[in-house]
Amino acid sequence: MNGILFLIPVALGLGLLGLFGFLWSLASGQYDDLEGAAVRVLDDEGPSKTDAY
Amino acid sequence: MQQTARLELLAELNADARHLAGGGTNYQIALPAMHCGNCIATIESGLSPMPGIEKVRANLSLKQVSVTLAPGNDNLQPVLSKLETLGFSPQSLGAAARTGKDEVLTRLLRSLAVAGFAAANIMLLSVPVWTGASGTTEQLFHYLSALIAVPTVAYAGRPFFVSAVQALKHGRVNMDVPISLGVILATLMSFYESFIGGGHAYFDAAVSLLFFLLIGRVLDHMMRSKARAAASRLAALSAKGGMVVEGAGRLTYLPLDGIKPGMILRVMAGERVPVDGTVVEGASDVDRALVTGESAPISIVTGAAVEAGTLNLTGAVDIKATRSADQSFLAEITQMMAAAEHGRSAYMQLSDRMARAYAPVVHILAATTFIGWMIWTRGGFHESLTAAVSVLIITCPCALGLAVPVAHVVSADRLFAAGILMKDGSALERMAAIDEIAYDKTGTLTTGEPIIKAMQIPLGEPVEVAKALASRSIHPAARALAKALAPYATAAVSDLHEVPGHGVEAMAHGRKARLGRLSWVAEIASTNMSAKETGVAFALEDGPLYCCTLSESLRLGSNSLPKLQSLIMSGDGPVQVDAIAHAVGISETHAGLKPGDKLALLQQKAAEGHHVLMVGDGLNDAPALAAAYVSMAPSSASDVGRMAADFVFTRDDLSAIGYAHEVALKTGRIVKQNFGLAIVYNIFAVPLAMAGQLNPLIAAVAMSTSSIIVVVNSLRLHLVKP
Repeated sequence: MNGILFLIPVALGLGLLGLFGFLWSLASGQYDDLEGAAVRVLDDEGPSKTDAY
Repeated sequence: MQQTARLELLAELNADARHLAGGGTNYQIALPAMHCGNCIATIESGLSPMPGIEKVRANLSLKQVSVTLAPGNDNLQPVLSKLETLGFSPQSLGAAARTGKDEVLTRLLRSLAVAGFAAANIMLLSVPVWTGASGTTEQLFHYLSALIAVPTVAYAGRPFFVSAVQALKHGRVNMDVPISLGVILATLMSFYESFIGGGHAYFDAAVSLLFFLLIGRVLDHMMRSKARAAASRLAALSAKGGMVVEGAGRLTYLPLDGIKPGMILRVMAGERVPVDGTVVEGASDVDRALVTGESAPISIVTGAAVEAGTLNLTGAVDIKATRSADQSFLAEITQMMAAAEHGRSAYMQLSDRMARAYAPVVHILAATTFIGWMIWTRGGFHESLTAAVSVLIITCPCALGLAVPVAHVVSADRLFAAGILMKDGSALERMAAIDEIAYDKTGTLTTGEPIIKAMQIPLGEPVEVAKALASRSIHPAARALAKALAPYATAAVSDLHEVPGHGVEAMAHGRKARLGRLSWVAEIASTNMSAKETGVAFALEDGPLYCCTLSESLRLGSNSLPKLQSLIMSGDGPVQVDAIAHAVGISETHAGLKPGDKLALLQQKAAEGHHVLMVGDGLNDAPALAAAYVSMAPSSASDVGRMAADFVFTRDDLSAIGYAHEVALKTGRIVKQNFGLAIVYNIFAVPLAMAGQLNPLIAAVAMSTSSIIVVVNSLRLHLVKP
């Protein structure tokens, strides 16, 4: 029983971490250009005046 | 880029610009030519080093670039010029895509994420209960589930609750009504059961139901916005303003609603006439194909009337506006369309029709269960209520809710891959029911660009001079000739100029050469011909007169139109219409129709009980496109035509019509199968619930399985071959 009392908060905490991670990435615009992100990685030159992600 | 067009673009971009808190200004510029990773690098590295630019970010999915100008800099001109030199012609986003970030999608995704988190964790807590946890553990897990489920339902269920309340307010029932009722009752009953220590906690069922349904909603929304964005990116055709000639010959650009009757407007060659008017100075040829459906350009001189939307081809003319934009021909068309669309809004989507039949049945079953149990248990209120609510939970139309959107999304994806954009799912349902097709001629069955059918110009000098002349004009006949003469060399000519309303003239090796209208070219030729005034003529001074006959070129795929009863309705003359009808094998033709006549013909067909698919492109087709049971337009269509059509096909190939019809039929079959599967599942599950034998494990398994079966069945649509 003690194990459960310890494990359940851990499980929920991890779940919430994932949830907030997703909500943050959504709010910061990472899903705005799905095709572009895939090809940007092929560009050798580093980002100049553009955001880096 | 022409100056007027550039000014228009600047005005539009400025109107949509966002002024940031730090003092900068953010512009969103559409670049339809953007297509690969290299384009991103070219644009960003090209614009970033320019002075006064704070941030540049190209978006490949949306084919647009976001440019932020540094505080104090409000001049976008250099950016536009730079983009132009890089090979990306800038455009404004257009009305549909103007809202910026898709707020609705973001909200739906947030709800989906919350529901997904809750569904996974509640399932985690439910499995131990199903497998035998009891006593305090069961109690604890139920409390925890309640703690997660109640806020989740309140947050993630909002899209459904709002839609259900809206429908009920208007006295209608849609699929969201039984969904909302089922989810809310399941949550409330589970909450109550948890506290009295009963076993009927359906938190897992309620939350995973929301999760599955939200997936359907998100997919549906993404499909629509993708199609909308793509449709609005197609180049704008209508004039959005005009150059007004003021005293002392000064030219000022005015937006469309600033143009008043009596003003003098200058329309350059290659521009569209912004408002209805009469020519006061100059002469030119105009292409009225999009406006009236006439295939051949006509010449205009002082005193001639021109409609808004007509394309000016050969010379600059000054026109006096006779009507303002809101009373022009375009506005008449818009009014006709609004009236026509009103008639069509009566169409009810299949899922709503299903809901209308389904909801009462379910609610009657639940009521019967309650009454039956009350009699059976002699007033055992708690058992009766539990049984009745479990009927509502198990019939909650999860699979039904997914049956339609998933099939539509998969089909939309198939169509998109074949270059066909769909406005919404109901268009597919209507497309599946058509029994007759009405085609417009100019620009739909034909490409709108004529081709040279016969040509007599001999090789050598005449051909080379003719090519030099032809390649300088934007008149469709000259363009066709230039295309036909592409393999030959171009002669050096001097003093080349366009004579509006007549043709092109130049000096070649000391001789005058003319290309254009027969009577005008004949003036310098040694021979004369009394042929009728068709085609395009060419002559060198004191040389023989050569004539080229033009014909309309059929669109690709016009010989493999769907085998349905078909007719042609055109604004063009009967001779041209019959020629094309013969070529594509359609016997019923209606020529010389005005926009109102087309509309009337379709309404008559509808009254006879026909479901007509209208395929058209012009402004003159727009009311008919809006009134038809379902409609399709090529991407070369007028703005208004594209807006009115349910489907827009972007490839120059009419086989898109047959393919869209085939996909629609197949989708209809899959949707019906999905409904069948959902109903079969209910036939097994409902008696169990009515007997009071339903437990949370059965509910969870049955609901998930039925949803997955429906989704898998819909994915079979991917097998339709283009």
